[in-house]
Amino acid sequence: MASITIRGVKKNYAKTQVVHGVDLDFASGEFVVILGPSGCGKSTLLRMIAGLEEISDGTIAIDNMVVNKLEPRERGCAMVFQNYALYPHMSVSQNIGYSLKVAGVPTAERTQRIQAVARVLELEHLLDRKPMALSGGQRQRVAMGRAMIREPKVFLFDEPLSNLDAKLRVQMRSEIRKLHRRLSATSVFVTHDQVEAMTLADRLVVMNGGRVEQVGTPAEVYSRPASRFVATFVGAPAMNMLEGEVTLEGLSLLGGSRKLNVSRAGLAVGSKVAVGIRPEAVRMVAPGTPGALEATVDLVEELGAGRVIYVDLDGAPFSVVTSETVHPEPGSAIGLQFAESDLHFFSSETGGRLDVFKASVPEPAL
Amino acid sequence: MVERTPILNFFTHLILFAGFVFCVAPFVIVAIAASHNLKDVNDVPMSLLPGSDFWVNIKTAWTTADLGPKLLNSFIMAFGVAAGKVIISALTAFSIVYFRYPGRMLMFWLIFITLMLPLEVRIVPTYAVVANVLEPYQAILDLTGISWLIQKISGVQVQLSLGLLNSYSGLILPLVATATGTFLYRQFFLTVPDELTEAARMDGAGAMRFFVDILLPLSRNNMAALGTIMFLWAWNQYLWPLLITTDQSHAMAVTELKQLIPNVGGAPEWHIAMAGTLIIMLPPLVVVVLMQRWFVRGLIATEK
Repeated sequence: MASITIRGVKKNYAKTQVVHGVDLDFASGEFVVILGPSGCGKSTLLRMIAGLEEISDGTIAIDNMVVNKLEPRERGCAMVFQNYALYPHMSVSQNIGYSLKVAGVPTAERTQRIQAVARVLELEHLLDRKPMALSGGQRQRVAMGRAMIREPKVFLFDEPLSNLDAKLRVQMRSEIRKLHRRLSATSVFVTHDQVEAMTLADRLVVMNGGRVEQVGTPAEVYSRPASRFVATFVGAPAMNMLEGEVTLEGLSLLGGSRKLNVSRAGLAVGSKVAVGIRPEAVRMVAPGTPGALEATVDLVEELGAGRVIYVDLDGAPFSVVTSETVHPEPGSAIGLQFAESDLHFFSSETGGRLDVFKASVPEPAL
Repeated sequence: MVERTPILNFFTHLILFAGFVFCVAPFVIVAIAASHNLKDVNDVPMSLLPGSDFWVNIKTAWTTADLGPKLLNSFIMAFGVAAGKVIISALTAFSIVYFRYPGRMLMFWLIFITLMLPLEVRIVPTYAVVANVLEPYQAILDLTGISWLIQKISGVQVQLSLGLLNSYSGLILPLVATATGTFLYRQFFLTVPDELTEAARMDGAGAMRFFVDILLPLSRNNMAALGTIMFLWAWNQYLWPLLITTDQSHAMAVTELKQLIPNVGGAPEWHIAMAGTLIIMLPPLVVVVLMQRWFVRGLIATEK
């Protein structure tokens, strides 16, 4: 159990800067997920915490002790790698016990602790196998065992599930979650998969281009994205974005072809905004309903439990998620309706959130 | 292109067989010659039917050239060179691949250059050094006047001398110090995933621990391949042992083979020479047969 404090951390590779000053605080025992597209610097940040990557500027402290200059082994972190990085020539028990062997733990105690970890991870019958003879999920569990056995203060996960098939990924996800509940060690989990991020995280850190875009609970990030990037990155299908301008009557969208009568509290007339609306928040109505936007159906995707309907709104792509059993024909006209409180406004220039309807958005329950 | 038709199969096997016969024929002739007696072996043309004196000839060759101790010498030297090469190569490649230090590229190129300077090219200076390993230091002391100074002050004349002629170290060390193996290891180390190194660091293993616990076990196929090649290479060395072993007690099997070769004016005992050749060929053959499984794996593929 340890808290992690990150202050103004930057990372340069030769002349290119890949992490531009990150400030974060992870509380003790928290499960933090760092989410972002590939190349956003999330793995680099994780590796700086682990000590595998030098910190160009700023400080990282674990339990209030600055660890910038410490070797990985002195930081009390354990890491699970994307490709598991099991030692191919060692058996499962040797793999799990290697850190103890290096630390000079006597054989008897070592065997005992390996057994204990293997029991938790249900690896007991595999202890004598080599990694080659294991399935992907089993290798993943050995990698976790190797991290667990040291009883580290901090667990670091570097996209550990991305090499597994879909079914196994769901299963391992819940196992990691259960494991965290048992051990309650501070965990930092890096992923580009938003479902993984939403389901695992106590707190979510969304990164883009070497900067932190938003920190919050998954519910907060989903319901009140702090920037246009976060809004479109979190949630599937992605949030619909319509370019618009604030007018006297409300909003003029898509170069003036569509009008929306909404209150423009706080927004200056003439300012350019991007209006976001989640596909789940859109209702389909009969074409011609007053106040509804009219659109043409492009494509219907059947998901079993619901449907994603892609429509064309004067050339702008727009999607609707519905659980109703409707099957609009491609090419037919439909009406789109949504509540004013479901709209998200972002500045067209900075991409930052404009809080127009702050009061009407309920605080997410944890 | 993988194609399987009976006709193609037949021809590929035919070509293989022809190649096999071509390679093996000289050895068969040697073996046949070794089984003849003095008269038959000098018939022109020599009969290709085996004679009956094989074991007699082998025994004669063994005692005439006193092959027992010489085979042992050869074995010590070849084994020493192979082991030394494997260790030195692994260490140098480890340094070049895994550490970033000033002068790393310089080291790399220095090692690389030794590839262009085989022993035969630098044999005279190498001989001088082996004759007295401390000679260069003596020269430095003399040139800088330090030895003169020491003599003036203490009355002791500095005379550094450590000769390695007629010794196993003298035979082995100069053959060990080349770069052939370093590059084999370097290529292998470059294929070891970085994550393995990082995992070892997270597990708390230091550099040498990582080298011994992770890298060496992973490169055992490489070791076998390099060890085999170097054993054969060292076993077949002729020039170097000939130069520095004047003493019979350190004579090598390969160089001493010439004792069995008939002199001008002597009896043309080619059957004995051939028998001796067979004996001396045997140990490398055994090594290749025993090691070939590892050897091939080490050269063609990296184990997953």
